[in-house]
Amino acid sequence: MLSAAVRPPAVRWFPVWQRNFLVWKKLALPSILGNLADPLIYMLGLGYGLGAMLPEINGRSYVAFLAAGTVCASTMNAATFEALYSAFSRMHVQKTWDAILNTPLGLADVVAGELFWAATKSLFSGAAILVVVAALGLASGPLALWVLPAIVLTGLAFAALGLIWNALAPSYDFFMYYFTLFITPMTLISGVFFPTDQLPGWLATVGGWLPLAQGVALVRPLLAGQVPADALIHIMALLATAGVAFVIALRLTRRRLLK
Amino acid sequence: MAALSAAGLRKTYGGTEVVAGLSFAVEAGRCFGLLGPNGAGKTTTLRLCLGLTAPDGGTVTLNGHAIPAAAQQARARVGVVPQFDNLDPDFTCAENLLVFGRYFGLADADVRQRIPQLLDFAGLGSKADARIATLSGGMKRRLTLARALVNDPDLVFLDEPTTGLDPQARHLIWERLKQLKSAGKTLILTTHFMDEAERLCDTLIVIDHGRKIAEGSPRELIAAHIEPQVVEVYDEAGGDLPAFVAAHRDLAGRVETSGETAFFYCGEPRPLLARLAEAPGLRYVHRASNLEDVFIKLTGRELRD
Ligand SMILES: Nc1ncnc2c1ncn2[C@@H]1O[C@H](COP(=O)(O)OP(=O)(O)O)[C@@H](O)[C@H]1O
Ligand SMILES: [Mg+2]
Repeated sequence: MLSAAVRPPAVRWFPVWQRNFLVWKKLALPSILGNLADPLIYMLGLGYGLGAMLPEINGRSYVAFLAAGTVCASTMNAATFEALYSAFSRMHVQKTWDAILNTPLGLADVVAGELFWAATKSLFSGAAILVVVAALGLASGPLALWVLPAIVLTGLAFAALGLIWNALAPSYDFFMYYFTLFITPMTLISGVFFPTDQLPGWLATVGGWLPLAQGVALVRPLLAGQVPADALIHIMALLATAGVAFVIALRLTRRRLLK
Repeated sequence: MAALSAAGLRKTYGGTEVVAGLSFAVEAGRCFGLLGPNGAGKTTTLRLCLGLTAPDGGTVTLNGHAIPAAAQQARARVGVVPQFDNLDPDFTCAENLLVFGRYFGLADADVRQRIPQLLDFAGLGSKADARIATLSGGMKRRLTLARALVNDPDLVFLDEPTTGLDPQARHLIWERLKQLKSAGKTLILTTHFMDEAERLCDTLIVIDHGRKIAEGSPRELIAAHIEPQVVEVYDEAGGDLPAFVAAHRDLAGRVETSGETAFFYCGEPRPLLARLAEAPGLRYVHRASNLEDVFIKLTGRELRD
């Protein structure tokens, strides 16, 4: 047999990311279209239907307001689904992670690979919505391109949060609680569908702290052609969420798989 | 230097010591067997050796690396066939090998070049583009073996490689393992098939409840623990087995009964065989003792699951 030249991969999490990418590539088109359909139906239906009856918000149409929210919510959902259902099936059902742990890669490489992969999926989703938004003339100017890094940051934060829940999950059913208790209420109070000044003050404050609101605070001005206020704070908040959540997720996963 | 050594290895789960002070050493190029009934601690021992769980006590050295501290370096030169197949169902056979090679930092071109050989070795030469779901259990097991060789390891861990396979598939795996041994690879094999251990292992240890209860080559173990011949006597067509056992117990070194069968372990079976020839209604089989007899003697006959 030919012998093999083994040396650790240069970027250790990359082969894990690459594995997921290869699977995704096989079904890329249906996957993108499937992920695009749902948020677009909401955005167009609510945006133009409901929006026709609504006043402008900060001088822009309701559909333009909703477009920014939809970009962020889709990003969040894509990262969350990948970090919950897909990662769980690889970790718990197919035991793909166990297989990888028999190689020179460690659990940190596996979880980081999953984190970056889930963020990549969310970038595909967010970017696809962004293209539609731009085609509808709802994005003004080249500043809108900065939405892409904002999507990545939002995706990383939700991927890492999802991986925490993944590490704790006994079964798929457990993920429903994550949506009911966290994702859905957050979507309603983070300024996706309506401005948070419609909420009671304390609820608006809580909402403002949540990671989805951080993403919205970056994306909405960028789509309107403005530099976001307090951009650095929002960026740091998303990065910190991703970093802290990743560390927690890794600890919990280690306790689960390597005990 | 030993390819793998463990000293005083301990692991506790939920208050039970699952591995309770195991020590062993495996010389490079040998096949080492880890035998024991279900739940004896075989898989846990392998996980400790691979650095997949931290021991509560003791040390492991694998390929010269301290485990678990340097487990990732050590695993670069190691292959693993886990107890339960975890092939990637989203990929074809060839893709499984390609993707697995990347985890070792192998260049795609190198792995692509090796894939035909690896598949041939596994008897899957025509299955490069087959999806995993279309493979039989034996084929999956062989692909898992091929996958374990993708990095051309010095040492291969095999956790019950033939459990659940039909005889043809088992024999093919045995052939391949012998080939690997001739190629100089060190094999660490867990099994509860004694014929498998007898065929493949140079040395082995028998463990139960996480403790080593015997150690040696298959021959040494048979010589040390059991009489060389066995006569199995079955009650058939109304023979009186209990009476026969009571009357002729002294013709064997040891007699064990299990259900409708009595096992006479003897040094010299001829007197017993002469009596059996005259006994009505009893059928018997006379054979050389094997490792299974040793195993049963050491671990008892009660079921483990
Ligand atoms: N991660 C774990 N958590 C709790 N108990 C475990 C774990 N892994 C193994 N055990 C227990 O340790 C014992 C030995 O298991 P194992 O090493 O798998 O045995 P074997 O491979 O010899 O059948 C069993 O009783 C099993 O239930
Ligand atoms: Mg086992």
